[in-house]
Amino acid sequence: MEPPRNVTASAQHLQVALVQTKPLKGRYTENLRNLQPAFAEVGEGTQLVVLPEAALSGYFLEGAVYEIALPARRFADDLARTWSEACGNRRVDLVCGFFENDEGTYYNAALYLEIEGGEARIIHRHRKMFLPTYGVFDEERFLSRGRKLGVFETRFGKLAILICEDVWHALMPTIAAIKGASVLIVPSAAPGRGIDSEGELGSILRWREVLTTTASEHGLFILYAGLTGFEGGKGMTGSSCVIDPHGDVLVMAPPTEPCILLADLDLGEIDVARATLPLLGDLDAVLPDLLLDDELPLPRART
Amino acid sequence: MTYTLIKAPHPSVGPPGIEASVATMWLVAFLRDEMCVRRGLERAVIGLSGGVDSAVTAYLCARALGPRNVYAIRMPYVTSSPQSLSDAQLVIDDLGIESRTIEITEAVDGYLRHEPDADARRRGNVMARMRMVVLFDQSAKLEALPVGTGNKTERLLGYFTWHADDTPPVNPLGDLFKSQVWELARYLGVPQRLIEKAPTADLEANQTDEADLGISYARADAILSQLLLGYSDEQLIERGFKEAEVKLIRRRVDGTHWKRHLPTTAMLSNTAINEFYLRPVDY
Repeated sequence: MEPPRNVTASAQHLQVALVQTKPLKGRYTENLRNLQPAFAEVGEGTQLVVLPEAALSGYFLEGAVYEIALPARRFADDLARTWSEACGNRRVDLVCGFFENDEGTYYNAALYLEIEGGEARIIHRHRKMFLPTYGVFDEERFLSRGRKLGVFETRFGKLAILICEDVWHALMPTIAAIKGASVLIVPSAAPGRGIDSEGELGSILRWREVLTTTASEHGLFILYAGLTGFEGGKGMTGSSCVIDPHGDVLVMAPPTEPCILLADLDLGEIDVARATLPLLGDLDAVLPDLLLDDELPLPRART
Repeated sequence: MTYTLIKAPHPSVGPPGIEASVATMWLVAFLRDEMCVRRGLERAVIGLSGGVDSAVTAYLCARALGPRNVYAIRMPYVTSSPQSLSDAQLVIDDLGIESRTIEITEAVDGYLRHEPDADARRRGNVMARMRMVVLFDQSAKLEALPVGTGNKTERLLGYFTWHADDTPPVNPLGDLFKSQVWELARYLGVPQRLIEKAPTADLEANQTDEADLGISYARADAILSQLLLGYSDEQLIERGFKEAEVKLIRRRVDGTHWKRHLPTTAMLSNTAINEFYLRPVDY
């Protein structure tokens, strides 16, 4: 990974765009091309663009994942070129989910890129750690788990990426927050289900509960980019959203169509939220006691 | 001081619920994506029987594709109830969809002449399969996609003809229990007559689904919805279901897994299709 350029810890505002993609299954080149008008649409002031999990391939690939997966460098270069073709030399940071081929080992991953002048610097790569392999999901049959939850420095402060199920395990955002993340980026592909709740699918409702609870518990922004479109009868729920550190939804996309969400994040809200509800500070103090509990199944140094 | 006693309710034992507006939104999006975006087809052909399942399918397709892109094909056999034809007509008139009636009697009898001893079950299977021959041929002629109408209850109970009713490549109702289909029908404005009449495969005179199955759809759906979650027979009986009805449902589900799969193929290599060579349907 490379260090970010011009790190300024005091950045107060962050203009984000969430691009909710609806890819054609397995047609990577076409999907990449279809991204150009979306990039062109993103406002001039946008500093960070976030795309979903499996944003340019579709999610349910089964064995075809080995035909579609790309080396991280190639994927970064493709995105940088597409951005430059649409927006010229304008600088942007960009997060996008993809299936990664790392010399024959395959991951569900997302890259954080700094793009400028047609060049992409890979600032961070997150490999999904919790691979759902139950019911409709079959990820671990085809993919390997990521082994590290990294929090990384950017020109907007410390960020973390969690992919889809990663964020459902409360420990994951907790660790990201303890390690200093102020913005959590969540690329996702969530197949919808549950038709007995009012107004929206049960799974969308449940996702929002998870995200708003997480944001307010730790006082951080969440940028959730959801894939949309039906894949063999299974509809991805889109519903991309931006959640502020108080747990309020600032903007949310509909479930079934491609769209772009724009939001201006006042990063100063993080301090206000954490002062109002200082749960993260409390955790900081208590965490050592929790982790030193020898009844926990944690690895210990051999004695 | 007095304390108010508040008890947790017992688990629900009723048929599964449905928020019809949410289901409609999702199914309309499903039809548009799977037909127009993925397959590039704007037209649907539906075998319109006069029953509630094919009616709901027609209403959903009309919303998703527009009524002029929906072709209802009525395929009566000589013994089919005339009421089924007129009930289907209510749907055609209400939606303003395209329609055609194609008698299958000659085609079915052309074969059955060679099998005069065929019982009602065999004759019903021949009719069901003939209807799919017609529907698929009409789809080729109209550059349209056959849309399936089978619901989750009949799929789970195996109450359909294998490689007939279940063959259309897209099916909006296959994950909805019959009770949920009725709820959806009310929401979509399906004519009341079709919602209130006793469901029937109409393969024999005076046939009804519930008599064939030996249980009402409401009870079957209530049991199925919990059985599928993994509750044991003992737990279901403890929740208030009768042992006989639980066993009936369990037997039907366990005896028909094969009907919900493609044919069993002998595996001889490490590239066996759908065993090792795994590609999604939309790849």
